[in-house]
Amino acid sequence: MTQGIDVVGLYVRDQDEALTFYVEKLGFQVHADVRNGDYRWLTVQHPEQPSFQLGLFKPGPPVHDAATTQTLCEMVAKGAMPPLVLVVNNCRTAYERLSALGVEFTQEPVDRYGVVDAGFRDPSGNGWKMIEARAKSQPGSQ
Amino acid sequence: MNQRPELLRRLLRAKDRMDGAPHEEWPIHRLAQVSAVSEGHFARSFKEAFGAPPHRYLLTRRIERAVALLRDTDLPITEVAFQTGWKSLGTFGRIFRDITGKNPGSLRASEQSIPHGRKHVPECIMRAADRPDLKTAVSEKHREKTAGRMDLQPTEDV
Repeated sequence: MTQGIDVVGLYVRDQDEALTFYVEKLGFQVHADVRNGDYRWLTVQHPEQPSFQLGLFKPGPPVHDAATTQTLCEMVAKGAMPPLVLVVNNCRTAYERLSALGVEFTQEPVDRYGVVDAGFRDPSGNGWKMIEARAKSQPGSQ
Repeated sequence: MNQRPELLRRLLRAKDRMDGAPHEEWPIHRLAQVSAVSEGHFARSFKEAFGAPPHRYLLTRRIERAVALLRDTDLPITEVAFQTGWKSLGTFGRIFRDITGKNPGSLRASEQSIPHGRKHVPECIMRAADRPDLKTAVSEKHREKTAGRMDLQPTEDV
């Protein structure tokens, strides 16, 4: 694949904290961590998805003025940013493992229409849904 | 009015807890404890952050759950009321009608007759989206006698 989505970014309140969360808890890998003065371009990758980078960006100067920075930080902290979805092989197993690591779950695994999903937040407030990959050969278990 | 992101993040935790267990009792002191702020500060800050006082927010969550149970299960209405946090069937029925414009039984009949594509949307997103948009207090709403919230057709049959 040569065309497609390469990077999608999140706003986070603290890039070091976000890096620790996404790498040490979720198991992502650092792809790029480049500083230019106060600006830091930081992206991580899922180990099984090398074609996609998730950017962890902090609102602030020089990209944003003070009022915009405040607004963005408020939006992130009150969970108003768009939904994020992570696909896992086994939602309940992943839930047990991530809970033990201290990930803040907002919804325990729920079986719904034959699919298990759960919800958690990153330290900044970004909300993730964790959905179990549908087994292709299995018909719906309704 | 600016609110500190650190405070908002803690208020979000209280909102998440209500989202996760709307059937439970959420008195202000419990919510304030989740957010690690004083009770007086909590109610004011929550409304400023999320646009509704905490208990009105909780009410919308309970109604959303009740609508979902009516639609997706065949549980008796009494059971739906108790499972979504009401202690009295009468209160449940009245508030349900005030908010949705229908009584639980007729809403079940109409919801179950319409196919939906909910399985394509993650559960918590669907729950947030199905939440009634309560801009005023239910008592006030009752006074105004405005039926037909939530974009539901006001086909009252009771």
